[in-house]
Amino acid sequence: MSEALIPAGAVVAVAATGRQKLYRRVLKNPMAVVSLVILALVVLSAVFAGQITGWDPGRADLNDALAPPFGEHLLGADASGRDVLARLFFGARVSLIGALIALATALAIGIPTGLIAGYFQGWFDSLSSWFASLLMAMPGLIVVLALISVIGPGMVGVMVTFGALLSPGVFRLTRSGVVSVRRELYIDAAKVSGLSDYRIISRHVLGVIRAPLVIQASMIAGIAIVLQAGLEFLGVGDSSTASWGQMLSEAFSNIYVAPTMILWPGLIIGLTVGSLAIFGAALRDTVQGAEPVRRVRRRKPSSVEDTATRRLDLSTAATAAVVSPRNGGQEDLEPNDALLVVRDLQVGYPQPDGSTTIVVDGVSLHVDRGEVLGLVGESGSGKSQTAFSILGLLPDTGAIIGGSISFAGRTIASADGAAHGAAALRGRQFGYIPQEPMSNLDPSFTLGFQLVEPMRQILGLSRPAAKAKALELLDRVGIADPRRTFDAYPHEVSGGMAQRVLIAGAVACDPELLIADEPTTALDVTVQAEVLDLLRGLQRERSMGMIMVTHNFGVLADICDRVAVMQAGRLVEQADALELFDDPHNPYTRMLLSSTLENTEPRSARSAQPVSSRGTAR
Amino acid sequence: MTDVASVAEQPLLTISGLEVEFPVKGWRRAPFKALKGVSLDILPGETMGLVGESGSGKTTIGRAVLGLAPITGGSITFDGRDTTRLSRAARRALSADIQVVFQDPYTSLNPAMTIGDILAEPLLTSGIARVAARDRIRELLDLVNLPSDAADRLPREFSGGQRQRVAIARALALRPRLVVCDEPVSALDLSTQARVLDLFIDIQEKTGVAYLFVSHDLSVVRHISHRVAVMYRGEIVETGDAATVTGAPEHPYTQRLLMAAPVPHPTRQAARRSERHALLASQQVSDAARETVR
Repeated sequence: MSEALIPAGAVVAVAATGRQKLYRRVLKNPMAVVSLVILALVVLSAVFAGQITGWDPGRADLNDALAPPFGEHLLGADASGRDVLARLFFGARVSLIGALIALATALAIGIPTGLIAGYFQGWFDSLSSWFASLLMAMPGLIVVLALISVIGPGMVGVMVTFGALLSPGVFRLTRSGVVSVRRELYIDAAKVSGLSDYRIISRHVLGVIRAPLVIQASMIAGIAIVLQAGLEFLGVGDSSTASWGQMLSEAFSNIYVAPTMILWPGLIIGLTVGSLAIFGAALRDTVQGAEPVRRVRRRKPSSVEDTATRRLDLSTAATAAVVSPRNGGQEDLEPNDALLVVRDLQVGYPQPDGSTTIVVDGVSLHVDRGEVLGLVGESGSGKSQTAFSILGLLPDTGAIIGGSISFAGRTIASADGAAHGAAALRGRQFGYIPQEPMSNLDPSFTLGFQLVEPMRQILGLSRPAAKAKALELLDRVGIADPRRTFDAYPHEVSGGMAQRVLIAGAVACDPELLIADEPTTALDVTVQAEVLDLLRGLQRERSMGMIMVTHNFGVLADICDRVAVMQAGRLVEQADALELFDDPHNPYTRMLLSSTLENTEPRSARSAQPVSSRGTAR
Repeated sequence: MTDVASVAEQPLLTISGLEVEFPVKGWRRAPFKALKGVSLDILPGETMGLVGESGSGKTTIGRAVLGLAPITGGSITFDGRDTTRLSRAARRALSADIQVVFQDPYTSLNPAMTIGDILAEPLLTSGIARVAARDRIRELLDLVNLPSDAADRLPREFSGGQRQRVAIARALALRPRLVVCDEPVSALDLSTQARVLDLFIDIQEKTGVAYLFVSHDLSVVRHISHRVAVMYRGEIVETGDAATVTGAPEHPYTQRLLMAAPVPHPTRQAARRSERHALLASQQVSDAARETVR
């Protein structure tokens, strides 16, 4: 089921590798395309400057001095009578080569050092990180100006220096990228496969940091162009060749005589740098896959139709499939005084293309007071989504698009979004126990604070009263030294302890319904048994209703009175626990139950000898 | 083991008195002892199950065998050769014999490489020609029951169980004699888990590979192992035949472990639960008795 293969036809369409797809996705982004076209035009005009314009950028003709645009000179001429357009084209060479030198220097220093520091760490990492911080703290422009007074205004030297000053950005990016991948298991697998460090870095590490590096490079190129123009504007630079900065400077001194002249170099610098920045941003959006999905609060007319057709399909499918009588009769099972009633719940996630992915489809269930309902299924079955819908904690991108949920006779959630009762019930009538205890505790507050605050907010207790109650609860959930745990931070306790603290928090405000989402999955078996004992005890003494979301049939058997089995968003079977285990009606339930390894013979009993002793050779 | 052949058989892997320490951050802090003198051996073609709770050091043993953990004492011998401290080059040469399948099939495959590239990597590194590698990849995909067109696809197009099959195929590419399996089924769904376990057994029967099978789940270890070792706080507390260790364990910790695993049936689980409470009570009594004797 979960191993169902993607149909072969779909595979041919996606035969392209990830990198090719990235290029294609970039080319679909209009911002990226426009900025790439502008950059390409700038580069081409610089390369073919001599062919495009007939004017010599250095030829001065005083007859043409400050000639207006759109005459003999398309963009006019400067104070010495030199053609502005020709100077723009030839000036692009200086700017682009300068930017290229700075960029190449920054990458040549930053990438190798970043790779070595991130991959091998140790003393080189400490030293180079310290040095990078030092470089970053230095004021770049002042260093460059000081250097020019020593080595003279040669463009190459200045841009190399500037590139070196920008290299810490590349270094840090590379290093952090490498540090994050080197912990990945596929790097370990590559080491075990016998790959050399060089091969691991070039095949596995570089691929991951390539995209962020391209983004960083576009930024560096833009900064370099601005800085170079700035230096030329200040008059630091070679005055014999045309450059954008120099043109700015000349135009500035004639600003009252020919005000339009400053427009052209300013425009071309702005366009080039802007295009570089926009290209970088567009690339980042593409890499991160940030495609905005409009949040849908209410059903759109089209999705109503979609849903209607889908539901029709499902109902025919349901009649075609083997439907256990329990399924059909589930409305009759529902008593009038049920604590929680979920009717035909449908949860969907709107997609960018306008369709809706339905993750919970027509689920109806109920929980009585003092009853434990198990919600079981494999990953992707929609069991957690159902629990989150009840808690009113669906992510922003998802919504209840059909059916309703009512608690103690009051509708708390429905498709039209009119009722939003779940928020008010959380912490008061609803207690929630999560799967990962550690990620559900704030590491910067003590456990005691995290227990006391909700009680003060919700029950209105004074600080000492809340503390007394918290200590009492910690004692109840089986923590040996409540006072010490009360003052401890989350990282100071084990996962099992943290889960006990969260259980204490969940029952602190005497909820009527406890929703536990795989509460023991992250725990060791011995701790799991203790936590289940604790949950059973609490549930009985307070006669709470409880929903236990789990994939473990052992846990189900241990604590649940009734079980609902989910598959691919739908409820396939609902029955009393004993009945379900003894006589499962649905084929899917039967398959799941037969997959448990409980009744299998141990291997040593199945085959007395290891394979090789029986003489099987490869 | 009364069989003469198996008595004469040399172990494939021998671990004796293995100690692993991880440095702890902070000035002059004592290092964390993950393994405190562990001894273990695996015969050719045998599955040695290694079970224990989180932090018991079971994963560290596997990583030490692979050369991924800092060994501070003891020795590891593979096929009569000391492999405790190997140079990178010698370790690379060993990679044809010892391989690994990790727990998480989502991070153990490079997301940017096709399945074919992932499987070709160890083959090409070991100097196999591209054409021969392609044939071997087809063979491997067949061995793990994946369609041969899978080679052109990316990991994200596959489910967890299928990815784990790819990871198994990668481990088998160089025909190793030992595969370290680090919780290879614990991230998988129940039904997938059973099928992947059967695939492991099937491959072992076909190729005669030995497994060091690390898991926290006693029922998984029992299903696949010939022998089982139980770890507790960096030490092996019990070793023996799988049926014995997972059926009638001797060490109090193994007994607790066995009793804590819930049975998938309400009535039998209720019985197991009271059995467990009785066991815990009796262990507490004997602990107390030992205290008073002292």
